[in-house]
Amino acid sequence: MKLESRAPGGPLQLKWDRYKAEMKLINPANKRKYRVLVVGTGLAGASAAAALAELGYQVDTFCFQDSPRRAHSIAAQGGINAAKNYQNDGDSVWRLFYDTIKGGDFRSREANVYRLAQVSVNIIDHCVALGVPFAREYGGHLDNRSFGGAQVSRTFYCRGQTGQQLLLGAYSALSRQIGMGRVKSHPRTEMIDLVLVDGKARGIIVRDLVTGKLESYVGDAVVLATGGYGPVFFLSTNAKGCNVTATYRAHKRGALFANPCFTQIHPTCIPVTGDYQSKLTLMSESLRNDGRIWVPKKAGDKRLPSEIPEGERDYYLERKYPSFGNLAPRDISSRAAKEACDDGRGVGEGGRGVYLDFSDAIARLGEKVIRERYGNLFDMYHHITNENPNQGPMRIYPAMHYCMGGLWVDYHLMSNIPGLFVLGEANFSDHGANRLGASALMQGLADGYFIAPYTITNYLASTKQTPVDTNHENFKACLAETQERIQRVLAVKGTRSPVVIHRELGKVMWEHVGMARSTESLKAALKRIPAIREEYWKTVSVPGSGEEMNQGLEYALRVADFIDFAELLTEDALSREESCGGHFRVEHQTEEGEAKRDDDNFAHVSAWEHTGEGKKPALHKESLGFENVQLAVRSYK
Amino acid sequence: MNFPLKVWRQKNSQDTGGFVHYQAKGIVPDMSFLEMLDVVNDELMEKGQEPIAFDHDCREGICGSCSLMINGRPHGPTRGTTCQTYMRNFTDGQTIVIEPWRAKSFPIVRDLVCDRGSFDRIMEAGGFVTVNVGGAPDGNALPVAKVAAEKAMDGAACIGCGACVAACKNASAMLFVGAKVSHLGFLPQGQPERADRVRQMVGQMDKEGFGGCTSQYECEAACPKEINADFIAKMNADYLWACIATEQ
Repeated sequence: MKLESRAPGGPLQLKWDRYKAEMKLINPANKRKYRVLVVGTGLAGASAAAALAELGYQVDTFCFQDSPRRAHSIAAQGGINAAKNYQNDGDSVWRLFYDTIKGGDFRSREANVYRLAQVSVNIIDHCVALGVPFAREYGGHLDNRSFGGAQVSRTFYCRGQTGQQLLLGAYSALSRQIGMGRVKSHPRTEMIDLVLVDGKARGIIVRDLVTGKLESYVGDAVVLATGGYGPVFFLSTNAKGCNVTATYRAHKRGALFANPCFTQIHPTCIPVTGDYQSKLTLMSESLRNDGRIWVPKKAGDKRLPSEIPEGERDYYLERKYPSFGNLAPRDISSRAAKEACDDGRGVGEGGRGVYLDFSDAIARLGEKVIRERYGNLFDMYHHITNENPNQGPMRIYPAMHYCMGGLWVDYHLMSNIPGLFVLGEANFSDHGANRLGASALMQGLADGYFIAPYTITNYLASTKQTPVDTNHENFKACLAETQERIQRVLAVKGTRSPVVIHRELGKVMWEHVGMARSTESLKAALKRIPAIREEYWKTVSVPGSGEEMNQGLEYALRVADFIDFAELLTEDALSREESCGGHFRVEHQTEEGEAKRDDDNFAHVSAWEHTGEGKKPALHKESLGFENVQLAVRSYK
Repeated sequence: MNFPLKVWRQKNSQDTGGFVHYQAKGIVPDMSFLEMLDVVNDELMEKGQEPIAFDHDCREGICGSCSLMINGRPHGPTRGTTCQTYMRNFTDGQTIVIEPWRAKSFPIVRDLVCDRGSFDRIMEAGGFVTVNVGGAPDGNALPVAKVAAEKAMDGAACIGCGACVAACKNASAMLFVGAKVSHLGFLPQGQPERADRVRQMVGQMDKEGFGGCTSQYECEAACPKEINADFIAKMNADYLWACIATEQ
């Protein structure tokens, strides 16, 4: 299979303009004849659905939550990047593009990333118009803060709840369309499968989570904006409901899965405290603007942080990366924390933690300013840990956070299945091997508000569709398969909760496919995962039936897909014999312990094809051409 | 720690439902309330019994999914959401009564899960600024006073969990609607539609069957995001102004 990015030719700066100039259009009166199914209502899904409905398309949205407003974009804290250069500090579209490409360790597509930087400025304008209450300066203008991996202040924010406010903005636009009858919203409805007709994406099978009823929906295009697969590690900063089912099911129907091993471990999370724990909580990276990270210089130092004198502290990020200091990118900061803890210098119970200290910032700026900037984060920390961060440093440790990998898409954000568009975290396209802070919100809204409405129009205008309804044999067959799968899960009637099996999978993944990966550990994981799958199909217990609200069944179906997907992720990690961004192979590191990329052999996207149950996936490569940036060793020293 | 639990179980919206007793055993003080329920549910599933259904998702206090009446208080004994309530705030051996939100406008779906679609419909009636993608001027073309932005943010911080309704003896949604109306009401972007917005949202709120406010501020006390009851007064003022000053 030859993978074409389908990016227009010409200079980088003009590609998107050229695309828009050459794209095919649909007469306003004809748009209402097309129906688009949007799965997921986070930033990417809600914004795409609203923008498509504004254009005049008929749209159906689906989300498993009880309201579109609750998608996990809501939990993003720190901010959203845009190349506005309001601070006059030398920012530009080019610089945001370059920072993103470099931050991603040169494993993303130039044309996509440049377009992302270009439309970033429009996102802020539109969100302001929607009434998003961004932080303001006293003069009434928009305020910015700085974030990891950048030397300019380009991050717009709403206290520590930027994701919430941006999502509520998109949800308000979506609500307006729902109220006008242009969007039909289906909350508590989970996509279980994708239906293809004549090789094109034409519909989905969903389960109504209230009645348990399976239903088919037909559309002219299907948009997956279903987020990432972080909970394959069980413990992550993702919501409990985040899952890989929609994208993995699409993968089984032929969509290529790209770079699944590119997962991001976030450096600033509250450390794990016990076996019972159900999730990990992120403390926004924006805290690193004012907080200083340190561990004791001596291994095994059990003194209280206040008793450790300045000279006996190791501010390791400032020491190792003087020009970026505490704002070094996420992958680098996470690995540095792991190293410090592996040295026996970790703090807190179990020794898996480092200090994040605000005392200097409080002394410099006063408690009031720090409170204004991070008040809700301090409260959150206090609440969860029962320790007051105003009285001593926080303890933090890296945790699974974001997935750069996702379904393969071209420049149009369309997968290799015609008519299947993939937006936001669910696709692989913009962040390479590592995402910079405040760029996920940017990508979600760029895809949804400003890119997909164009590319979907172009697709619909240039594609001849045959009329299809839910009586088509492919829909019937797909529905029957889903029914059969559900019955199979219910019929096991074992003795173990699907949560327990999921936790076991997560432990294997974190231990063997987590922050440091080796041939040995990956092979060990590939041995363990099939055993977990076997256990699952022998021992899972899902009481109740499929014809009612059954949260155990919902969970069990997702876990089954996580198990299969875990194998794909591990295969990808094993085949990528280099270290880059969030993918760190211990065999490939410099003498100083930094990631060692192999541009000669791995400057490509690994896109995996499903070849059948129990068979090895087939690898396809899209080589990444860099015409505008020089592949450099990523240095933050 | 061990806790005797009395949990509301109801098979579906037609079922009459009732309390069922369970024992939560081997609970650690640092567990969240939902993690305690996870332990109970794992045990139930392993015995082949149906787990207790409850809404939850982010488990960090921002998505607004979780919604439990714990010993008669929405979200339990401490300020914050149910997912941010920790077992250290309970006494070992204490009986814990767990119910769903109780309000006619939040019909029960199953066990502790209720349907808060009425909140979505209130938003659909007017909780937005009418603007399509594409035509917005530069973000800094419209300065917003810092004080206004902060006040707007205070209202916008609402997570739509419904604790305000559950806490109110009248099942009033006025704190929710007040916060939503005022968020846009404080901003210049919200001015052109300000009168229509408040009229339509209040109209939908009444249609959904929520009660009126009798100023007892139970909502404010229960709100995990500390939304101030002043937003209700602000909404009432806006509503009065909208009805008198502008003719439809």
